[in-house]
Formats: sequence, C-alpha cells, structure tokens
Amino acid sequence: MAAEYQTFEHDVLVIGAGGAGLRAAIEASTAGVSVGLVCKSLLGKAHTVMAEGGMAAAMANVDDRDNWKVHFSDTMRGGQYVNNWRMAELHAKEAPDRVRELEAWGAVFDRTKDGRILQRNFGGHKYPRLAHVGDRTGLEMIRTLQDHGIHQGIEVYMEVTVIALLKDGDRVVGAFAYEREHGRFRIFKAKAVILATGGIGRAYKITSNSWEGTGDGHSLAFDAGAELLDMEFIQFHPTGMVYPPSVRGILVTEGVRGEGGILKNSEGRRFMFDDIPANYKDQTSDTPEEGWRYVTGDKNARRPPELLTRDHVARCIVREVKAGRGTPNGGVYLDIAWIKEKISNAPEHIKKKLPSMYHQFKQLADLDITTEPMEVGPTTHYIMGGIRVDADTQASTVAGLFAAGECAAGINGANRLGGNSLSDLLVFGKRAGEYAAKFAQENDFGQINSEQIEQTVKWALEPFEKQTGENPFEIQHELQEMMQDLVGIVRTEDEMQRALIGVRELRKRSKNVKATGNIDFNPSWHTALDLHNLLNVSEAITLAAIERKESRGGQFRDDYPAKDAEFGKVNFTIKKDAGGEMKIERVTILEMPAELKQIIEEMG
Amino acid sequence: MAKATFKIWRGDSSGGEFKSYDTEISPGMVVLDAVLQIQGEQAGDLACRWNCKAGKCGSCSAEINGNPKLMCMTRMNTLPQDAPITVEPMKAFPLKKDLVTDVSWNYRVKEKIKKFKPRPPDATDGTWRMVQEDIDRVQEFRKCIECFLCQDVCHVLRDHHKHEEFIGPRFLVYAAALEMHPLDTEDRLRDLKDESNIGLCNITKCCTKVCPEGITITDNAIIPLKERVVGEFYDPITRFLKLFRKKR
Repeated sequence: MAAEYQTFEHDVLVIGAGGAGLRAAIEASTAGVSVGLVCKSLLGKAHTVMAEGGMAAAMANVDDRDNWKVHFSDTMRGGQYVNNWRMAELHAKEAPDRVRELEAWGAVFDRTKDGRILQRNFGGHKYPRLAHVGDRTGLEMIRTLQDHGIHQGIEVYMEVTVIALLKDGDRVVGAFAYEREHGRFRIFKAKAVILATGGIGRAYKITSNSWEGTGDGHSLAFDAGAELLDMEFIQFHPTGMVYPPSVRGILVTEGVRGEGGILKNSEGRRFMFDDIPANYKDQTSDTPEEGWRYVTGDKNARRPPELLTRDHVARCIVREVKAGRGTPNGGVYLDIAWIKEKISNAPEHIKKKLPSMYHQFKQLADLDITTEPMEVGPTTHYIMGGIRVDADTQASTVAGLFAAGECAAGINGANRLGGNSLSDLLVFGKRAGEYAAKFAQENDFGQINSEQIEQTVKWALEPFEKQTGENPFEIQHELQEMMQDLVGIVRTEDEMQRALIGVRELRKRSKNVKATGNIDFNPSWHTALDLHNLLNVSEAITLAAIERKESRGGQFRDDYPAKDAEFGKVNFTIKKDAGGEMKIERVTILEMPAELKQIIEEMG
Repeated sequence: MAKATFKIWRGDSSGGEFKSYDTEISPGMVVLDAVLQIQGEQAGDLACRWNCKAGKCGSCSAEINGNPKLMCMTRMNTLPQDAPITVEPMKAFPLKKDLVTDVSWNYRVKEKIKKFKPRPPDATDGTWRMVQEDIDRVQEFRKCIECFLCQDVCHVLRDHHKHEEFIGPRFLVYAAALEMHPLDTEDRLRDLKDESNIGLCNITKCCTKVCPEGITITDNAIIPLKERVVGEFYDPITRFLKLFRKKR
C-alpha cells in the first residue's frame, strides 16, 4: 500500500539538479511556493559541471555589433530552421539578463580590459558571445546556483532516483522514487513537477556524459503520456579524447578552437578548409591567416572553418578517418601549440585560457598541449530532441508536467550551437520555475494512485527476485555498442531497422536481469532500473531517425545525404499509443512571424 | 593483457574488510576504470560515487594506497603494480557503504556561512566593473570541485573530530572566496573567529598537498583570512580605534 512509503509534499517538485533544475527551483521558491529538488548524485555534481566553453548571450561586451537578433539568427541557422523559433527568440532576448543575474549571485567571470564580462568565440556564433571562466564555466555556473539556492529554503533530496511520475487522471501529481543508500521508496506529492534530467549519452558507447545521462526525464515523460520531439537529432561533439582507450569520449572543449586551435589530418592538412557548407561560405575565412586574425579579435576577419557548427565538423572528422587520413588511434589532430608561431608567450597563454584542458591531457594522456597536438574524435554529447514543451511556459503536453534544459526540446532544432546550452538552462529553467509555481498556485494536490505505486514497486524489485538472470551491466554495454554502431553519426535505413529489432530484443532480455547483493547502495540494481529509460530513448531515437529520410544537423543519413526542403517543414513527435507502443507522428512547424523572418533575411 | 590486484574496502557502518579482486589493465587506465570494471564484471553491488570521470566534479574521492585522491585522475601507471592496490573510503566522514561516505556534514556547514552580498551596481547599465587582476585570487578559490579531500586529510577533522567546531579547509577557501570577492559587502570575520574557529588550523598544509585542483589553500586562503581575523580582533590599534568609534 502507498501508505507504507514515506511521503513528501511540495508545491513544485524539480527532478534534476543541474543548471536547469537549480535555476527552476530558485525561481519557483522565489515565487513563494514550497520546492523540493531531487537529484541522483550529490548536489553540485550534475553534468553541468562538465560544461567548459561558456554561455552564449548577446551582451555585446566584446563586439558591439552583437544583439539578440544576431544570436537568434545564428541559433536558427545552426539548428537548420527546424527549431522552435519562439524558444530561439526568447532565449536570445533573455540570455544576457540571466548571465548578469549570475554575476549578481556571485559568479566571477573572466573580464574584458574595461572590467566587463569577457566573451569568447565559439562555433556558429557570428561574434564573440560566450561569457566564460577559463574552461570551467559549467562549474562556475552550478556552484553559483547551488550557493545561491541553499539559502532559498529549497528542500534538496540527494542521491534519490525517480522511477515513475504519478498521475491522477490526465494530470501529473507527483513522483515515485527510491533513495540510493538503503533502496527505500519515497512518494513525492506535488502540484507541479519539472523535469530537468539532462541527456541520454549513456545510450552510446563513446560519450562525454556521466553515468547519470540515461534519459530518465525523456522516459518518465513518455511513460506518463507526454510527447517527445526531434529525438533523431543527437549532437556528436567533434572533439572528444580518443587516446588512451580509458578516456575515450571525454570532452575537449570547443574553446580550444575558439582560442585558435586548428584541426589537421595525418598528412598535416587543415582539412576543414576543404568542405565549407554553402550557407556558411560568406561567414567563413578563406585562408589560415584570416582565421587567425578572427580568433585574435579582428572584426573584419571571418571565422576559421574549425568554428563551423559541431555537426559539420564531426562529419568532416569522420570523413578524414574513413579516408585513411586519421591518427594512429582513429582521430584527427587538434593543435593549439602551433600558436607559438604567432605569439611569444604561447605556453602561458594556453595554460591561462585552457587550464583544465592542459591539466586533463597532462594527467590522463601524458601529453602537453602547449607543445604537442591532441588526438580527437567525435563523442556523443547532447540530444537536441526531448520533451515537447510550450515555448513560453515550458509546460509539456501533460498537465502539471514541465521540462527544461537538455531533456526539453525545441530551441536547438537539428543542431545546437556550443554555448547555447548553458544559456538555455538558465533562460528556460527560470521560465519553467515561474510557470510551474503559477500552476501550483492555481491547482491543488491530486490523488495518489496506490495501484500505480504497487505496480511500480513490483517492477522495481524484480531484479532481486531472480535466482538466475543476466548481468544488467552487460545489457547496458550491448545496447551502447549497438547504438554506437547502428544509430551513430552516419546512419542508414538498414542498420537502423536492425537497431530497432536489437532494442526490442534487449528489452525482452532486460526483464530478466538480476541484481547482485542486497538493496543498499547497489549499482547493479540501479543499472537494472536505468535500462528501461535507456531502451525507451534508444527506441525513440531510432524510430525518429528512420522516419527523417534526409540529412540535417545531428541527423546524417548515408542513404539520404542531402537536405530535403520538405523535411525542413516538419518535426517528428513520439508518444505512447493505447497499447503502450511508441507512435511517431509528423507535425508541421508553425510559420514564423514576419518580423522574425525578416531578421533571418537581414542577417543573411 | 596485464592484470592488477585490488584490495577494495567492502562494508558499511557496522564493519567490513578488504576484499581482493583481479582485473585486467588496459593502456591509460585510471583507478576508477578498474573499480567500475570490477563492479561491472565481479561485484555488481560495489558502491562508489563517480560522475564526470575527468576531475571536474569531485565525486570519486577515495584513499588509494593510503593517499587521498580522485580515482578518475589516478593513472594505474603511477602506482606500483607488484603489490595489490588498496582502495578505501575517506576517513574523515562516516561510512555509508564500501567507498561511499556520508559527506552531508559539508553541506550543512556551507549553509551556515553568510551568503554573497554584493554592493549596488556601479555602472550606468546596472552592472559592475571588475578588473581581471582583482579577481584572479577569487577565481583560484572558485576552481574548487568540492571533492572534500582537503577535509579528509585535515587532522582537526580526521584525527580530532572537531566537526562541530571547525569548518575545515574547504569552507575556509569558500569563505575566502566570498571575503575577497571585489563586490561582496558582507562581514564574516567574527563568524570565522567564533563559529568557524579558524584558529584551530595550525597550518600544516596537508590540505594544500592533496588538492586535485592545485589550490594553494593554506597560503592564499587560510593565512590571509587568519591575518584579517587577527587584524580585526587582536590588533591593538584597530581595537582602540573601534572603541573610539563606538564612543562617538
């Protein structure tokens, strides 16, 4: 019975304590409602800490030609125009205030000479736009939000994992969870629930994501009847570490290229000059000399091709490696050391601008990035797709359920620009908090369905009831291998159909996994339960990627290598049908208002 | 492929023991890789914390061959492999299970430190101006990833268990970052003296030695804070002037 489990009540329950969750919790508590914040790890350890380069906001501190319109236009171009234009608009308009707010809460950004927040270059951004702190901006952001948030009266539940959203009729009225230490179940009653659970990287073998990126929010929302959107669009970050094997996938910030780092193949050729997409030709430099002028602040220079969008750079790297021009360990070279030809104090400059990259390579790969090039290759980094939300309120398609940050979809379209994630977390985290609080003020608590709880408990304890069964880590491993091989950077119909069969097969096997030992802090049990989420998102990604028979942004189809204008008019949604199966639908993108169209035309 | 033997602490607050595991070692491997491999293949219920695997989140703190370190940043090739490698939990905090300790005390301590309180914006656009030179020191402190290894080796905490009286190096660095923030207007010196008992630190610098972020905890944070406290409360001239101010 439900009464057996400890119950907590909050007006607003936030699930996930990265940038979006923390910002949402702060906003909701500021609105005067009681807020609970649930996170799988300790507070302050969420994946946001890994963000390196910065947060994009058109503050125009470094280049006064920048404004929200340019940022909006860059975001839409980067997303290949299948973005939710309203979200892109709100994001571009509100990001500067969100960054300044962080400063008022104690964040210490790097400075310009005249004492303002410094901004750096990043791929796809026309002007230097990323507010940053060296290459540890995510840490600065999460710590600032955390240290501000702990004085707000938010109740934080650390090391607690949500396994189901509770429903009263069509409305979400809470969440059901277990705490890691002793595996005790918890009921969270809430008038409104915000999902801010981040990404899905653990569905792939090579990823920059931590163990937490198992698509919990995507899967919880899907299970609760909400729609997912754009699940085919996954960002493979072009520069992950490739060697040694144990560090494969760990992120190498785009900031390296923003500071002048260049990509070279094994023949020493700067191959990014070989393939510049037509819609970026006018913005991209023709010569290495012009590219260098750009990264050193010459306003008349155009950006080097290394700073093209991530989807494109990742594909160029794959092409070089496939053509046999890769490094011994299957990557390409990323060289920042070369800038010593241009400036006298290069090693000090690199260490100052990219301290954690210096540290990371020195310690994990015995490599000094101030003297040698790095070996890099694509790594699963981010999912543009996620829970379908209303642009202004971040409300999902299910009443009482909101979503923000990576687990929500829309702002990024087919490809996210670097730096737009941290600002997205703040802009839409705040909005989710605001509107969830409003919903909570206008609605009462719902009824908890004890039958749903009983079923969830039964399901959750199955891994302990088996005498024999499979190792959950093994199933997770097989899924990761399969998704990497069959639904990776380059996709084909045939391979993805095989993946679909594979996912369904693994789903069957996942019902027969066995946890080792008892229920106290037991990773094999946690992994057994995570499989459900990983399989849900893997299936959704594959279904959507099969349906989009074209190449655009994060989706590259070898069998449909061109962009198709017809697919540029639609998004794909996925929701549960009456039988519990995934149903995919094509929805037409709403027409952009004339003033936004005009901005895009004016920006070229 | 080479194999290594690990002796990993298994147990909970009621007791435990080292258990031996053999596992294969591949090039570039770090201790966390080995622990996760053991977890995946041999001991599914082996509890450990980790997140970023790149030295940025501070989750995987443990004592490796007796040295407090991040497991994700400790390369296997830096450890002697002719003897078993021991991995055990931090000692300054109560054990939950295996390598996982109860670090909640740290979160309670932080909440007690007065929050950032900026002066009103000074630029016409409603923001502030700060020059880089004035924030370099604060940025050094803000590199802290809260791995709590400094707390683990601080003997005021580890050996003398003064958790109720002393806040430990992590939170002295935190207080220093606030006190030295160019915009901050709060005064935490009395709290540092009376509540945090900064005087208990006798500057053995063990914390500085284990900091994976290379923060010069003692020299740059603790000593200057001690000096400020001394200047405020023990310096005769300041005390005299204060007396005078009060009278007026």
